[in-house]
Amino acid sequence: MLLPTSESRPVSWATRKPFREAMSDLLSRIATDRSEDAFRMLFNEIGPRVRNFMLQQGADPALAEELAQETLLTVWRKAALYSSEKGSPTTWIYTIARNLRTDHIRRQRSWHELTDEHAAAIPSDDAPADDVISDRQRQIRVQAVLKDLPPEQLEVVTLAFMEGLPHGEIAARLSLPLGTVKSRIRLAYQKLRTALEDLR
Amino acid sequence: MTNEIKHHPDEATLMSYAAGTLAEPLAAVVAAHVSMCSHCRADVADMELLGATLLLSKPSAGGALRPPARPMEVSISRSRRDVTEASRLPHPIASAYGLSFDAIPWKRLGPGVWHHKLPLTAATSGDLRLLRIGPGRAMPDHGHGGSELTLVLEGAYSDVTGTYRRGDIQDIDEGVDHRPIVDGSGECVCIIASEHPARFKSLLGRLVQPFTGM
Repeated sequence: MLLPTSESRPVSWATRKPFREAMSDLLSRIATDRSEDAFRMLFNEIGPRVRNFMLQQGADPALAEELAQETLLTVWRKAALYSSEKGSPTTWIYTIARNLRTDHIRRQRSWHELTDEHAAAIPSDDAPADDVISDRQRQIRVQAVLKDLPPEQLEVVTLAFMEGLPHGEIAARLSLPLGTVKSRIRLAYQKLRTALEDLR
Repeated sequence: MTNEIKHHPDEATLMSYAAGTLAEPLAAVVAAHVSMCSHCRADVADMELLGATLLLSKPSAGGALRPPARPMEVSISRSRRDVTEASRLPHPIASAYGLSFDAIPWKRLGPGVWHHKLPLTAATSGDLRLLRIGPGRAMPDHGHGGSELTLVLEGAYSDVTGTYRRGDIQDIDEGVDHRPIVDGSGECVCIIASEHPARFKSLLGRLVQPFTGM
């Protein structure tokens, strides 16, 4: 039976750059080798962040804990499926967390298909799989974009992605016209796309 | 096929979809489009990486996550899907409702107009339905406010903004007035989502009132 050791202290993501960069490697070790060590590290490092995400999305502490556990368990259960499919391993954790949150906090059907699902359903013409190196490069680019984003754009993007607010609610919270929220969101995305274009 | 898609969702709509904040009926239609459109799949992947980066960049607080109470199952079962089907009904819709294109239980609304309402989660408002409209006929009139998404599954329609064919999505913002007409060559089948149920119902009601007394 595989149980992560609860006593190992989580280290700060921000101060452990090597770990951050190793995340893609951890996921691929879980996927290809079923590495329990890699999973334990992932559980201890990523678990609290996923719980924080769930709290920000409006879960109470007990539900946030449970959904974070479920996110990590899903990574373990589906990692082997994932390995043969396409896409960024980092993104994969986010999409699992987001979908669980839609089902259990928003209580709606999550219409997003996980990578393994739509890869199985779509016959052909996607771009070739990103490898681990490219996934890391893409993360670094995204971090740079976020760092340089004007505060008003970062604000709406964070409210949308971390607090799970629909654009209309962001507009109400910030006392802005909906059109302004949408145009800030678009501007932020256009910077992201420009930064990632050559890595597609 | 996918290269022929000319009309995509607004980038703000895709961002909301990637953040998981889009209203359920709108998310269903975006998911259907994304399943048909490699361009938007790539866009959504970039947006999801943005979400992932935000999630991971927040410093962790509150200590380690408790180990799960139950042991982890290691069994892996791959869900089997009929990949060869290449269904005319986009995969997300077909699998969510167990529908196939040829078995949609159409209900006639009037001459040359059929619909099939797709149920949403209880707590959700809005409207999601398949519409089938005869050649040369006017589509239900949009442009009365609120977000609406129309995805063409078969046939084509045109309005002042262009012609919409299979895979094309029309992302209608508030205040857009247009008069879509189905092309004369054949029926048009669409999936239409609206975030405001009353508005869409009244609109359908107006369309069919003379014929069904709705």
